[in-house]
Amino acid sequence: MRSGEPVFRIMGDRALLVELGDQIDPSINEKVRELFLKLDRRPIEGVVELVPSYRSLMVVYDPLRKAFDQLRGEILELHQATDPSLVPEPKTLSVPVVYGGEYGPDLEWVAGFHKISPEQVITLHTGTIYRVYMIGFTPGYPYLGELPEALATPRRETPRTVVPQGSVAIAQRQTGIYPVQSPGGWHILGWTPIRLFDASQWPPTPLEMGDRVRFFPIHKEDIHRWTSSKA
Amino acid sequence: MDIIESLEILSPGPLTTVQDLGRYGFGRYGVPPSGALDSFSLRVANLLVGNPETEAGIEITLMGLKVRFLTDLDVALCGADLQPHLNDQPFEMWRSHIVRKGDTLFLKAPRTGCRAYLAVGGGISLSPVLASKSTNLASRFGGYEGRALRKGDLVFSWASERYFQCAGKILAPERRPSYTGDWSFRVLFGPQDQDFPEESRRLFLDSSFTASSQSDRTGIRLSGSALHRKRELGDSIISEGIVPGAIQVPGDGQAIILLVETITGGYRKMATVISADLPLLGQVKPGDWVRFQEVSMQEAMTALRERESHINLIKKNSG
Repeated sequence: MRSGEPVFRIMGDRALLVELGDQIDPSINEKVRELFLKLDRRPIEGVVELVPSYRSLMVVYDPLRKAFDQLRGEILELHQATDPSLVPEPKTLSVPVVYGGEYGPDLEWVAGFHKISPEQVITLHTGTIYRVYMIGFTPGYPYLGELPEALATPRRETPRTVVPQGSVAIAQRQTGIYPVQSPGGWHILGWTPIRLFDASQWPPTPLEMGDRVRFFPIHKEDIHRWTSSKA
Repeated sequence: MDIIESLEILSPGPLTTVQDLGRYGFGRYGVPPSGALDSFSLRVANLLVGNPETEAGIEITLMGLKVRFLTDLDVALCGADLQPHLNDQPFEMWRSHIVRKGDTLFLKAPRTGCRAYLAVGGGISLSPVLASKSTNLASRFGGYEGRALRKGDLVFSWASERYFQCAGKILAPERRPSYTGDWSFRVLFGPQDQDFPEESRRLFLDSSFTASSQSDRTGIRLSGSALHRKRELGDSIISEGIVPGAIQVPGDGQAIILLVETITGGYRKMATVISADLPLLGQVKPGDWVRFQEVSMQEAMTALRERESHINLIKKNSG
């Protein structure tokens, strides 16, 4: 794929994918973010939904209000427009985590798998600033990358049917936070008291695609300091 | 406007939820649309009782719902024929009725289709969550306390200024969809059809698949011919956004038609069902036969305009 040339793929008669690369890569993801923010701030008539992901932007539209060819032309025009005011700096969210024990049932296993101590796992996990590549799977679930190579761990052989809300987990070169209780196949290292999804709040999640996340360890005695305040 | 107690759930059946036309604009936060699976039937039911088509109604799955009306109301029932009875008398679908305080409506068992939609005049009184009254069951928000309706639940509605002015409004029989249980859905290929060899594309169009009992509001799982991807490719792709109607093919080759409770996915999509046929996906029940027919973008748009003409006709007659 030539860099910079978006590839348009149709998904039925009411959605298209704009692909800006073919791998998981921060610079490709940043191009997706730029196009997403431009379309968000300069809305195109008839567009009803924008879903940015690792290397593509999904644009859902009302085909009775906008023809496919016309929409593609307008998206291309915006893609080529350079207006830095449309693309603000991402924000960084600091996320407190209680690691190990009942809060992180897989910490010991992950340490054993890599033949390092649980403390070294925590140091590695908190020592990186992660990029929110996309939000999906469940409401508010941030796909964060990249996890240090030394922590890269295959998914659990048997997924859990219930992963508690707030679990902080890893799989392969990614880490994530479960904003709602759901099934899941990642290894749980810890738990955060902050809420990552609340449908009654605006916005429902403190994170947007392209933001940064860093984790810091807290003691379980200190959980109450974060439960009353908002993220 | 006043809020009135309109009906009580005496028996909920396997799954009865409050749904409107869905929750859009929050996909960036990982929030799926939810909403009525058969949006056509909900829109018609609303228009027949004088509501805006976007109002929430009650989505009833397969059978067993029994409700008692707590006041005199305009109601309409559209979608699947679940053998509805009002006070033990057969109840006509696709038209508005005035029901009286104390009447009971019972949906016995499916004759054709899978989901029926009950609209009440004035609309269901619930606060929208993220701009919609639809129920998101997995994340437990929206609709009626974020959950399915249960025995004893009281549903409230807004008192309507148009009370009893709609009685007898009807969708002409020739304009009603038919639910045969032997489905042919029109599709556009893509977004990843190029990842399948020609023989899989042909198999996709030539095969009859069976809708599995594992189907739910997230997707219709099909069993039948396995659709193999090109040999050199892995079984998943980099996760990306998806829409209802996208036909996803996981590693085992058994296709899934995605519905309204998911917004991202990491498997290839062979094709996508066209907008005109999306409402019919809500009427597929376990055991039904499913085939696919390729059409052009232009044919898809013609079909969509034709479907909308039925809706526009009801609107025009509403005055």
